[in-house]
Amino acid sequence: MELVTPNLGLVVWTTISFAILLFLLGKFAWKPILGALNDRERFIEDSLSKAEAAKEEMSRLTSENESLLKQARAERDQILTEARKVKEQMIADAKELAHKEGARMIELARVEINNQKSIAMADVKNQVATLSLEIAEKVLRKQFEDQQKQDDLVSQLLKEVKL
Amino acid sequence: MNNSSILNSKIFKPLLISALFLLLCVKSTLSFSQEKAAEASEKPFDPKEVVFEHIGDSHSLHVLGETVIPLPIILYTDKGLEIFSSERLGLHHEEGHEPVVYKGEHYSYKLEGNKVLAVNEAGEVDKDAKVYDFSITRNVASMWMGMIILLIVFSSITSSYKKRAGKAPKGLQALLEPVIIFVRDDVAIPNIGVKYVKYMPLLLTIFFFILINNLLGLVPFFPGGFNLTGNIAVTLVLSVIVLIVINFSGNKYYWKHIFTPDIPLWLYPIMVPVEIIGIISKPFALMIRLFANITAGHIIVLSLISLIFIFKTAWMATVSVPFVVFMDCIELLVAFLQAFIFTMLTSLFIGMAVEEHHH
Repeated sequence: MELVTPNLGLVVWTTISFAILLFLLGKFAWKPILGALNDRERFIEDSLSKAEAAKEEMSRLTSENESLLKQARAERDQILTEARKVKEQMIADAKELAHKEGARMIELARVEINNQKSIAMADVKNQVATLSLEIAEKVLRKQFEDQQKQDDLVSQLLKEVKL
Repeated sequence: MNNSSILNSKIFKPLLISALFLLLCVKSTLSFSQEKAAEASEKPFDPKEVVFEHIGDSHSLHVLGETVIPLPIILYTDKGLEIFSSERLGLHHEEGHEPVVYKGEHYSYKLEGNKVLAVNEAGEVDKDAKVYDFSITRNVASMWMGMIILLIVFSSITSSYKKRAGKAPKGLQALLEPVIIFVRDDVAIPNIGVKYVKYMPLLLTIFFFILINNLLGLVPFFPGGFNLTGNIAVTLVLSVIVLIVINFSGNKYYWKHIFTPDIPLWLYPIMVPVEIIGIISKPFALMIRLFANITAGHIIVLSLISLIFIFKTAWMATVSVPFVVFMDCIELLVAFLQAFIFTMLTSLFIGMAVEEHHH
């Protein structure tokens, strides 16, 4: 029976001691420890959410970069296409111009040649005419050295003239 | 293979632990044998006396072998306060010997069992004298040792929390942090809910107070070997504190549930007394559970050791010691389990008292 009869002295000492222990530990141990634990947990949670946000930001940036890259690539392609077009245009233009120029020059040359040719021809004609006249003169001179022949011709010519 | 690899090997640690256990048990056996060596030849060994000497309280602190520290006796009598050393009443109170009578300022005293009684001139117990014993007994001393250990441990942990703010725990801090978090996340929060913060200091103090004293009780020599948490006075105080806390934190739903429950009126004469008994019976169960568990464990261990002296042969140790080792392992589990259950049920009862009902 003594075992289950609480001893008054021990009850009093336990009450006092436990109250002191509760006060001391509560004030100097549990409060700072639980505070530190809470702080750390909040810090870890914060860090995790920050990391999550950073990850999202990262993926956003990456996708942005990608779209920028795509855009840049498209722009480059466009520029290249345009440049090619311009180049072709220029080549075509140049060709055409050269063609035209060539044609013009050929035309000019032809005209010149024609001119020269006609000049030359005229010259030749003149010379031919002069030569023929000279030859004719010389032939006639030779022909008409005797009088008889002259009279014959006159008479023949006279016969031919029909009035 | 060098020494460090032996120390680190996985088999070595359990071996070391069991060897330590064995050593502890053998040591307690030795101290018993020294104590009882002289007595054994005179009269038959009485295990009941040995067991109850340990389970109960004492006015002296047994350290090891024959070394005994006397403790102060503080008496509050109807004539005034008396303080003297327990040495004056004789440290080795044995049956058959005439108890030493000490003449104090107001009365003369003698020791009967653990009780200090006032005696008259003839050496008979004075029935008229009112003597209240507030001595620093073995249990009070052991409680203070436990408290000092707790204060040292937790002040060092607190300082490491301040020093290593925001960093990972280390050393003792890392050892006890999971326990603190366990009490918070698995005991307080699921049972009490959002209002748990207010009760954390109480729950943690109860948990570690019971735990350290349970563990000290398992150490068979100084500074352990007491039966503090197996003492009804200690568990009574703890459960009364719990009783007060529960009823002071009870909200209107808690009181409404006790005095005007939602039942037909004719059931009130039955239900209201039952609920009122329930207020007391919940902490009462806590008190008995802790007391009975720890006391029973100590009784079993001591009985097993006593077998050696009952059979008067050292060979009995080959049977007793393995059983004691086994029991000590179970007691180690029980030490944690009872601290956990007491805290768990306390928070459960607080949770029931602060619960908001939405009918």
